[in-house]
Amino acid sequence: MFADYSWSELGSIFAMQGFAGLILFSVFVLMALGLAIIFGQMGVINMAHGEFMILGAYVTYLCSHFVQNYAPALFPVYFFVAMVLAFLASGALGALVEWALIRHLYKRPLDTLLATWGLSLILQQAYRSIFGAREVGVELPQWLLGSFQLTDLIEIPINGLFVMALTLLIAVGVYFLMFRSRLGMQTRAVVQNRVMAGAVGINTERVDRATFAIGCGIAGVAGSAFTMIGSTGPTAGQLYIVDTFLIVVFGGAASLLGTIASAFTISQAQSTMEFFLSGSMAKVLTLLTVVGILMLRPEGLFSLKIRR
Amino acid sequence: MTQGKSFLTRQELLGLAVVSLLILVVLPMSVDIFRLNLVGKYLTYAFVAIGLVLCWGMGGILSLGQGVFFGLGGYCMAMFLKLEASTPENTAIQSTPGIPDFMDWNQITALPWFWEPFRSFPFTLVAIVAVPVIFAFIIGAAMFKRRVGGVYFAIITQAIAAILTILIIGQQGYTGGVNGITDLRTMNGWDIRTDDAKYILYFVNAGLLIAVILAAQGVRKSKLGRLLVALRDKEDRVRFSGYDVANFKIFAFCLAAAFSAIGGAMFTLQVGFMSPTLVGIVPSIEMVIYTAVGGRLSIFGAVYGTLLVNWAKTTFSETFPELWLFGLGALFIAVVLVFPNGLAGLYRSYLQPFVDRLIGVKKADEEDETPIDAMPEAAARPAE
Repeated sequence: MFADYSWSELGSIFAMQGFAGLILFSVFVLMALGLAIIFGQMGVINMAHGEFMILGAYVTYLCSHFVQNYAPALFPVYFFVAMVLAFLASGALGALVEWALIRHLYKRPLDTLLATWGLSLILQQAYRSIFGAREVGVELPQWLLGSFQLTDLIEIPINGLFVMALTLLIAVGVYFLMFRSRLGMQTRAVVQNRVMAGAVGINTERVDRATFAIGCGIAGVAGSAFTMIGSTGPTAGQLYIVDTFLIVVFGGAASLLGTIASAFTISQAQSTMEFFLSGSMAKVLTLLTVVGILMLRPEGLFSLKIRR
Repeated sequence: MTQGKSFLTRQELLGLAVVSLLILVVLPMSVDIFRLNLVGKYLTYAFVAIGLVLCWGMGGILSLGQGVFFGLGGYCMAMFLKLEASTPENTAIQSTPGIPDFMDWNQITALPWFWEPFRSFPFTLVAIVAVPVIFAFIIGAAMFKRRVGGVYFAIITQAIAAILTILIIGQQGYTGGVNGITDLRTMNGWDIRTDDAKYILYFVNAGLLIAVILAAQGVRKSKLGRLLVALRDKEDRVRFSGYDVANFKIFAFCLAAAFSAIGGAMFTLQVGFMSPTLVGIVPSIEMVIYTAVGGRLSIFGAVYGTLLVNWAKTTFSETFPELWLFGLGALFIAVVLVFPNGLAGLYRSYLQPFVDRLIGVKKADEEDETPIDAMPEAAARPAE
């Protein structure tokens, strides 16, 4: 399959596909980080995670419309406001869902899976009723359009670069939140030993709610970033949920670093193969490899050494 | 527990009689052939739901990939029927006569090797069960021997359902793609599209379903059934008692796969096509809800749950298509939060006392199943 291309062409193909892979990687990381917090730290399966992401995307879409119509002067920077709003909206919905649904089910993880699947169906239909079944897109400000011409064959789109920078920023933020902040410390304490954490004065219920809300909020930001590279439809979230869960499991559920590493591996493998094979076969091969590796090494790439 | 060893307690005999009466007499007499065919289609999902009772309700193994086995069984049947429908005479206008039409549309000129054995009817009958069971065995052995279970198993089976769907849609020339395998006509020369054939197929399907109910009941009453429940509740204790836990789980998973596959094959026969829309994530997880609505521990409940959810789906999506997804979503949530024991739980708490008095059963004969607490407020937090 390589015989038809010259060496320089192959190099460019790998560079371009690698870059496309990096954008896919960014989306995966943004979605998977939220999921890794919720699933990896709390052990809750949130099948509605994709719908929280889409909520962020719709919030961004509404923001772009609002700014375009009422405050066109702010248009170049509306995106930053939209991102904050997306975080707040998804986070608030997350807190509500935790209060109404998840907290009753911490002892029954398989049942959370069913309940959140139901939630995802309801949210999907709600999006369809409110925004219509057609996909919507946002208009990007001028400074995000266009691309750098690196060589004759390699072209780097600016919005892709922006999304990647954003991902990096959020990943660093999550790191600080989980490992350097008080809330992160409390979350990790509750995960390791709930009763003990409660005994030293941590309000475990509040920590649970905050953790779940932050995980959902990050999904909202992911959706916000997602609007820059693709259009949003009511069912777009469901397309990514299986990949995201596989990424989190593949990376080792409790490890944030593992999540990033596995998102990188999977996205690069998929986008590089996509050039040579058809899109669907690339995806099948990637997922099959991941499932195969998981069957051989169920604990994932990076695993915590703990006694069970 | 005095009656626990007998194959059917008096209550269960009554339950079996009611189910048989409903699907063999009441439904065929009360609805026309179009609706009856629809009921037959729903009942094929009940095969999957019964498999899930064994696998999930009793064994605690939640598989989100039962659509895979349903689909594999269905596709095996569809491949045989399609080959029979694609005789050189019927397909004379194609550039390569004698191969299925969708292959011709995709510029394939010879029958792929894995289609070849499906010319034989006995091979097809064996393959319908064997292919999904072997597949389930590989998945089950790989996962359970390494002690992967619970949530991870659910996620990985779901991924497998996704992979198979993408594969079927992507390999259009070999599988019929997103449309599936359609335009099926005869089985061994017998036209399956006539009303008479539909009646006969409905009764064959109902007979098979009752056989599967009895088989599931057999498993449940056997030592195997007891062990499944035991390992669901305290896996380590069963392991330390000297049992190889993995083998029991693999068996339950394979049995559920076999049931699903029979359902899939009957689906193909009754509905006349097979497509990837019945394989993927969404149908697989919907099949779990049938079991949950029926009460995840109840074999009869699985049948009623399947019929009820599908009846509601057809009714609502005909009249209020917008509301159906809201309803289905709410059903998922309600069945988990409010009625974790489903229809069977409602029956047990409201109807059974009367029925017991009617057939003269004393309280002591009741099943020793522990129902699941809906919202144990005190126990809502993990204890350790």
